[in-house]
Amino acid sequence: MREKLEQIKLEAMKRIEASDALDKLKDIQVAYLGKKGELTSVMKNMKNVAPEERPQFGQMVNEARTAIENKIEEVRKTLAAAALEKRLNDEVIDVTLPAERSVIGHSHPNTVALEELERIFVGMGYEVVEGPEIEYDYYNFEALNIPANHPAKDEQDTFYITNDILLRTQTSSVQARIMEKGELPIRVIAPGRVFRSDEVDATHSPSFHQVEGLVIDKNITFADLKGTLAQFAKELFGENTKVKFRPHHFPFTEPSAEVDVSCFKCGGKGCRFCKGSGWIEILGCGMVHPRVLKMSGIDPEKYTGFAFGIGLERIALLKYEIDDMRLLYENDERFLKQF
Amino acid sequence: MNSALSWIKAYVPDLDVTAQEYTDAMTLTGTKVEGYECLDKNLEKIVVGQIVSIEKHPDAEKLIICQVNVGSETIQIVTGASNVNVGDKVPVVLDGGKVAGGHDGGPLPENGIKIKKGKLRGVESFGMMCSIEELGSSRDMYPEAPENGIYIFPQDTEVGADAVEVLGLHDVVFEYEITSNRVDCYSIVGIAREAAATFGKEFVPPVPECKGNDEDVKNYASVEVVDTDLCPRYCARVVKNIKLAPSPEWMQRRLAASGIRPINNIVDITNYVMEEYGQPMHAFDLDTVAGHKIVVKRAADGDEFQTLDGQVRTLDKDILMINDADKAIGIAGIMGGENSKITDDVKTMLFESACFDGTNIRLSAKRLGLRTDASGKFEKGLDPNNCSEAINRACQLIEELGCGEVVGGMIDVCAVTKEPKRIPFNPEKINKLLGTDISKEDMLKYFAKLDLGYDADKEEIIAPTFRQDLECEADIAEEVARFFGYENIPTTLPTGEATTGKISYKLRVEEVAREVAQFCGFSQGMNYSFESPKVFDKLMLPADSPLRNAIEIANPLGEDYSVMRTSTLNGMLTSLSTNYNRRNKDVRLYEIGNVYLPKALPLTELPDERSQFTLGFYGEGDFFTLKGVVEEMFEKLGMTDKVTYSTDNKKVFLHPGRQAEIVYHNTVVGFIGEVHPLVLENYNIGTRAYIANLDMPSILPMVSFDRKFKGIAKFPAVTRDISMVMRKNIMVGQIEDIIEKKGGKLLESYKLFDIYEGSQIMAGFKSVAYSITFRAADRTLEDKDVNEIMDKILAALKELGVELRA
Repeated sequence: MREKLEQIKLEAMKRIEASDALDKLKDIQVAYLGKKGELTSVMKNMKNVAPEERPQFGQMVNEARTAIENKIEEVRKTLAAAALEKRLNDEVIDVTLPAERSVIGHSHPNTVALEELERIFVGMGYEVVEGPEIEYDYYNFEALNIPANHPAKDEQDTFYITNDILLRTQTSSVQARIMEKGELPIRVIAPGRVFRSDEVDATHSPSFHQVEGLVIDKNITFADLKGTLAQFAKELFGENTKVKFRPHHFPFTEPSAEVDVSCFKCGGKGCRFCKGSGWIEILGCGMVHPRVLKMSGIDPEKYTGFAFGIGLERIALLKYEIDDMRLLYENDERFLKQF
Repeated sequence: MNSALSWIKAYVPDLDVTAQEYTDAMTLTGTKVEGYECLDKNLEKIVVGQIVSIEKHPDAEKLIICQVNVGSETIQIVTGASNVNVGDKVPVVLDGGKVAGGHDGGPLPENGIKIKKGKLRGVESFGMMCSIEELGSSRDMYPEAPENGIYIFPQDTEVGADAVEVLGLHDVVFEYEITSNRVDCYSIVGIAREAAATFGKEFVPPVPECKGNDEDVKNYASVEVVDTDLCPRYCARVVKNIKLAPSPEWMQRRLAASGIRPINNIVDITNYVMEEYGQPMHAFDLDTVAGHKIVVKRAADGDEFQTLDGQVRTLDKDILMINDADKAIGIAGIMGGENSKITDDVKTMLFESACFDGTNIRLSAKRLGLRTDASGKFEKGLDPNNCSEAINRACQLIEELGCGEVVGGMIDVCAVTKEPKRIPFNPEKINKLLGTDISKEDMLKYFAKLDLGYDADKEEIIAPTFRQDLECEADIAEEVARFFGYENIPTTLPTGEATTGKISYKLRVEEVAREVAQFCGFSQGMNYSFESPKVFDKLMLPADSPLRNAIEIANPLGEDYSVMRTSTLNGMLTSLSTNYNRRNKDVRLYEIGNVYLPKALPLTELPDERSQFTLGFYGEGDFFTLKGVVEEMFEKLGMTDKVTYSTDNKKVFLHPGRQAEIVYHNTVVGFIGEVHPLVLENYNIGTRAYIANLDMPSILPMVSFDRKFKGIAKFPAVTRDISMVMRKNIMVGQIEDIIEKKGGKLLESYKLFDIYEGSQIMAGFKSVAYSITFRAADRTLEDKDVNEIMDKILAALKELGVELRA
């Protein structure tokens, strides 16, 4: 019996070592260690062993089993490693083959610009509000200190529906609507469509977008206006952006200013983009005119505020270097996909 | 407004700045300089030379050889010019110098043209004689210059002098953008006052003084203002023995720099004073004025009048006219009449310097379609106190230039005396508004520079009448800010109560909807809010379609932009068409924008502005692709209940068999469909296209951003597949209704996995297969649980006429 056991073990070891594939190894495992395997059958012959030798014999069988098992495991590891190695080698791909892209849509550049603006102002505690695009003359003009027959009405080339209903020429029309509610303090921006009867060309459109800003509170100063817009400009155009306030005139603010930012293309040295001046005009602003406050029911002796108006298309055109405004309303997908 | 620096310097003699310094500083105090042009740009080494001798060129018939004394030496110059004679004094550019342009007067090269000595047909030439065009100017500015020839100086010009200096070309022309409130700055005097204040120099304005002769103007003419509401002041003076002649060169140049063509001394003086004082004036030939009487009154409706440009204008009762004893002789503030204009034979004239109501002039000019330099000034609302200054200045110039004899006295019909405005001055309040700490003394210094008075007792600022823009304390604050310097005001952030930054709920919903559309491959387009009424036909809308009730713009840019859109379809289809015709493949677009639905027409109140989310595409995909996008969107918006599709109401612009209204919670919230083939044809789209439209105001109340975790199933599901045959006209929606209704609480989901029509199915029938999944939250389902439910479902299906397939 012992010899047979030894022989089985030797034979098994030989076969295991000669095995060159994992499935063959599996067969060997079954052939020796399986239910009907050779080692198992040896165990079944235990009854033929003298009882006093049985423990020793059993131990020998177990040793043989362990030895075979260990050997199988050892070879299995080697073979598995080799198989994995081969698979990995076989599976090399050309990573420079073209990507399979999901088709994802794009925002309109106006929206991209608006979202940047909204992010900045919402971060500063502003609420984003809206107002009607078809508006009463009162909100678009009169409440903004532009009375009937004021030349500013002509300057803005208004589209009229009736004598007192028009297409708003400026998002400033939202100012009075917000102020009238009487909920103070006010800190809002109002983006939206505005209309002026300009013929369509590379720099004009009869329909475009503005973002109006309005802050009303106690102790609001012109210095606050400067600080707010300087911070806005830095966030929008970069930390190194410089801001210049120039006196200007708007009927609904006093004092008023136009704001230039240092050219973000040349950094202010002067280039074709900024027409050599180093500065680019981006918005108009000012301290809300006391008459405007009063008309909307706010006491100008107690409250002050500032307002600003930003041309969204102007920002989009400048920031994304779009050279023709008409592209914004053609909706050619090749254009839209660049934003 | 354009004007020469030399003219400003005439009233600010100590002003010594470069063009760029002037531009920057003036812009920062509020007189915005848009740009400037240096008249001596590229003019180098140009002197006055005198021609000593002229001989013919031996080898060229058209050339002559001149010896020219240029002061320091006599040089030889070969020229092709034919207008020069011995003794003429001419501009000569020396070897190594530069001129600004060619003799043809074409566009000026950026870097000018360098002049070097050289040989012309073998004869040496050491310089060039210049035409006015080569000096970068024109005969508009120098009317005395010959056409196509060398400029000839007057004989008293010094030989060897700087020719550019002699011509007055060491000057800069600035272009200003004057804001509409600063009427006073539409004048040289006004800008000079600002310049003096800006640079801290003395302001020396002209002092208009003209007594005239011993006669009394009242013996020559009379003035009656009938409509005083439109004419607060009318000043008139008379000039006799007029000698028409060109005005002096300095005047011509200043006018030309301002963009005004010199004509003759009288016209030029009128224009000169208009520029200088911002006060338009008019000159009538007094001999044509019947009764030598001026009557200012409104026209009558339908009156006709020939203006001095020869055009006949139809008037109305709101147009103010200047009349004589018999007839109209001018449209007040806009244009004089043909019948009274100054001609070469004029002997005696009446100068008018009046103030007219700005609004009336603006509206009249608009109605007449006749906007002139004068009306452009009047419409801003002029200072009546300026009328007399201006007319006296004009008469002063007439005397100084010897253009005629000014008759003594002035007719002054002054209906309203305008007093300076008094504004409370509270330095503390100004500092509080500006966020500054400027001393009262500094503020008063700024005011003094601007000729604003100060009443220390009453603590009031006295704003002169030419500063009509100054009305309240905020205006005074701006004056302080301007001269303290906007750049010197600190930058701070608002203090006070903190506010919450947020976007409105509507915008948030729109943002989520846009996100989903973009994830699904749709890019955002934008279209105009107005369109042509022709789009209704393009969309095949019936005559009684409510969508045809569009709001019309009273003054549109043209028919194409004349009505406010009532649907976003035209914009979407136009955009798809643009892409299709530019051969863009598989285009997916969305737009979010308003439609404008009137409550009644014509509008008496604001219309309903409804935000629409419109999706459109062509190329890969079909109706169900778009339906998928809509349902994704609803899910993201928390609209997780069943969306249903109704085919009850058909839209004419969609394929009749491939469209549906989108229904959520029994409310129609939009529609979806394939575009009707004829509409596609109208839009020149050569492929199937699909559109979905969601009415955002309807969707808004159904949106929810609340989310609740429902747990993950612990027990296994049981799935049953059923395969059915039914008539084609039975919609799967009906089957799903039954599954949902009969499925009960254990129903988890169902999924259509096959639909088939064709050879193996009877004509008019289709086969449909569903996989239905059941699950209990608290136990493993047994067959009998599911069988019961399935029996109910199958029974109901049978009732609908559906047969089970084996």
